[in-house]
Amino acid sequence: MSLTPPLEPNEGIVDPAENVENAIEMKEVEGLSQGRIVLRRFLRHRGAMISAFVLLAVVLLVTTSIGWGFIPGWWQYSYKDLNPIVNAGGAPTMGFQDGGFTFGSHPFGQDNVGHDGFALVMRGTQQSLTVMLVVGLLSTTIGVVVGALAGFFRGRLDDLLMRFTDMIITIPVIMIGAILGVLVGGASPWSLAVALSLVSWTNMARLVRGQFLTLREREFVDAARVAGASNGRIMFKHILPNAVGVIIVNATLLMASAILLETALSYLGFGINSPEVSLGQLINEYQTAFATRPWLFWWPGLFIVTIALCVNFIGDGLRDAFDPRQRRIPTNRALAKADARKARAAARTASA
Amino acid sequence: MATTVTTRASGARSAPDAPVTARRSWFRSAAPTLTFLGRRLLSSAIVLLGATFIVYMLLSFALDPLEDLRTSTAPNKEALIDARVRLLDLDTPPVIRYFKWLGALFTGDLGSSWVSGQQVTALLGSAIPSTVQLVAASTLIAIGLGVLVGIVSALRQYTRFDYSVTFLSFVLYSLPAFWVAVLLKLWGAIGFNDFLADPHIPPMWLAIISLASGVIWSSVIGGSTRTRWISFAASVVATAGLLTFISGTGWLLDPSLGMLGIAAIGVGIAFGITALTAGLGNRRALYSALTTVAIGVALYVPLQYAFVNASTWLIVGLGVVAIGVGLVVGWAFGGYDRAISMRGAAITALGVGLLIYVDRVMAVWQAYSNASQINGRPIATIGSQTPGLSGDYWVESLDKFTHLVLPTIALILISFASYTRYSRASLLEVMNQDYIRTARAKGLSERVVTTRHAFRNALIPLATVVPLDIAALFSGAIITERIFAWSGMGQLFLRSLQARDADPVMGYFLVTGTLLVLANIVVDFVYAALDPRIRVNS
Repeated sequence: MSLTPPLEPNEGIVDPAENVENAIEMKEVEGLSQGRIVLRRFLRHRGAMISAFVLLAVVLLVTTSIGWGFIPGWWQYSYKDLNPIVNAGGAPTMGFQDGGFTFGSHPFGQDNVGHDGFALVMRGTQQSLTVMLVVGLLSTTIGVVVGALAGFFRGRLDDLLMRFTDMIITIPVIMIGAILGVLVGGASPWSLAVALSLVSWTNMARLVRGQFLTLREREFVDAARVAGASNGRIMFKHILPNAVGVIIVNATLLMASAILLETALSYLGFGINSPEVSLGQLINEYQTAFATRPWLFWWPGLFIVTIALCVNFIGDGLRDAFDPRQRRIPTNRALAKADARKARAAARTASA
Repeated sequence: MATTVTTRASGARSAPDAPVTARRSWFRSAAPTLTFLGRRLLSSAIVLLGATFIVYMLLSFALDPLEDLRTSTAPNKEALIDARVRLLDLDTPPVIRYFKWLGALFTGDLGSSWVSGQQVTALLGSAIPSTVQLVAASTLIAIGLGVLVGIVSALRQYTRFDYSVTFLSFVLYSLPAFWVAVLLKLWGAIGFNDFLADPHIPPMWLAIISLASGVIWSSVIGGSTRTRWISFAASVVATAGLLTFISGTGWLLDPSLGMLGIAAIGVGIAFGITALTAGLGNRRALYSALTTVAIGVALYVPLQYAFVNASTWLIVGLGVVAIGVGLVVGWAFGGYDRAISMRGAAITALGVGLLIYVDRVMAVWQAYSNASQINGRPIATIGSQTPGLSGDYWVESLDKFTHLVLPTIALILISFASYTRYSRASLLEVMNQDYIRTARAKGLSERVVTTRHAFRNALIPLATVVPLDIAALFSGAIITERIFAWSGMGQLFLRSLQARDADPVMGYFLVTGTLLVLANIVVDFVYAALDPRIRVNS
């Protein structure tokens, strides 16, 4: 019956509890590169993995359903189409009908003039995701460059850059976002994303600066300098890879706040405006119809929450994965199970 | 021991976010604190000036005050445009206009709104109190509740409760403010008001709520399986009983606590506060807390006469008196450690005073809710008061509360999560420190270790966040204010921006920016005051 491999000769002798702890310790470090360790820890973070899958599913859904750029879509309606209203008041056709679950032609319902809710939400999610990604990339880049320069060169430059950062921080993000939103107009998600990036890099810059301030004093930096590396090379080839954990984690959290910021601005009418569609803009447009057509309000909100929640969880998982102090704490049940297993094994070796 | 202290201290010094200490050697001479304060104020003023410049430039590029005139079909279009250009001085380059604005600022003139003609100072003067009214309660409650939940979650690390709180705080993080607010309007106001028409809780909901409270309490209290089942059963029965009472007697239509209710809840508060601050073993503390409860209950009837011509000052004064009575009672009980009894009794006295106040406000509920302007739908969705409603102090207070309740809940939901995360993380960090082990090793009870040794130190990181959040909430309530039509700072900002009215926006920014900068300085000093390893003055 036993399919377990034959026991090592000394395994029965070791104190079971200690062995369990050792095994966990050993598993963390057994000849793995830093990247592998981080990846492994991340893969083990259940919340982050589920979120990653959900996010991937959302991205796949929104890119393939109504098409995006050159990607063809399989959904029959465009978000601009005015279709004949199917159900009374445009109610969703998705649901349990005639004993079975049906999607129908308008699963997310329609608005009062016949726009397809599903296509609208897909388009809105595309725009909001675009803003999120662009803000994530661009403001991370700005933040990293500013923080790296300030932390590496210190002195005057540091003072100057940090006072400038303080200045940007003093201006409430929603305010400058709104002003820039008015400035660039509700033209496209790209311009809005650029505008938002110009104000949301500050936290990243501070964190990267902190990392650089400590890392630049380390021996490997001296070694690189003695070997003749230029400042730029030391900054980006030697120090930056060591700060990558902090940067990635904060980039994720930044993206989560970016999607909330974009939707909030679009909701207030300073972000993406009609006829273009974004999730916040949808909620803004349909909140008055909430009592009569709640589905127009529910779905965009649900997508915002889902995306923000997933990104936040992925960020949490990444933070745990990059944290060297993080150790996997076995639950009491896991410990008890391991103990029982050891006890059984010991009993078997004793009887053998 | 000495070495660990120094290494840790130097660790704190080299921390990049502590510029306070880096400059320490620079002004070791006389009055370093003042020098530091002066330097910080100066650099903050420069930062603020730069920021106002940026905002002014952005505004002058972003806002086109001539927009409506450009598309106008009025026959005297040119003249109108000329008049507005002269009014707003648009021929002058924005940079020079900024310095004009700055010059006027130093004379105390913030300009005026060209749309409405009102002075910006007047606009701010009416918007600030309104925002403070909205934000103050929610910030306090969010901090209190967030810290409490975070602490419990840290003490029950890796339990189901902890995981649930973590998950919940992530969900709250991810909720867009406008979505929450609209949902609250639907369920909190319309749903609850509909429910009030016939306030009977259906048995299914009663069962669900009772079971949920059982699960929550048993996981909060924790302990062995036996204890868990007992606390589960007790809280299910208690909740079900309470809900049946509320539903059966129509309590929600005419709520009151009564002398008996105040006495019962007061005794509960007394035990709870004593258990937390002194431990139930400290009989003097317990008795002094119970005595204040007795005094409060005895004063219940006389106070009703004092409440007839109530005003805000009377209530605040009575609150101060309550604290004083608590302190005196605690002092009178004496003992080796008077301060503990005094503190516990004072907190209890304040709690009982609050109960009496709540009871008095509840007394006008029925009259309020049946008033023609309210028409049985007491929870308001917009504005800060019911127009045309007149009544005494109590009716006005209740009216204010019913208008505040939804925006307050919305703000709490948004900011609550971050406090939970912060306090959980910092308590966990503190609980792993050596001195906690020492405290346990010398035989202190877990309560003393947690409340005296761990909790206080866990609050230090939080003290650096709270001032910034308070400052930020003045600008962050933009969405909440808009949805609930609360005419505070956020509304002032939004309306002015939409009306392409630059001066009020600048006024708004000046207030929020100054608060933020000041909060940053406060943070530095609070941090130095709380953590002796970091020094502004040495």
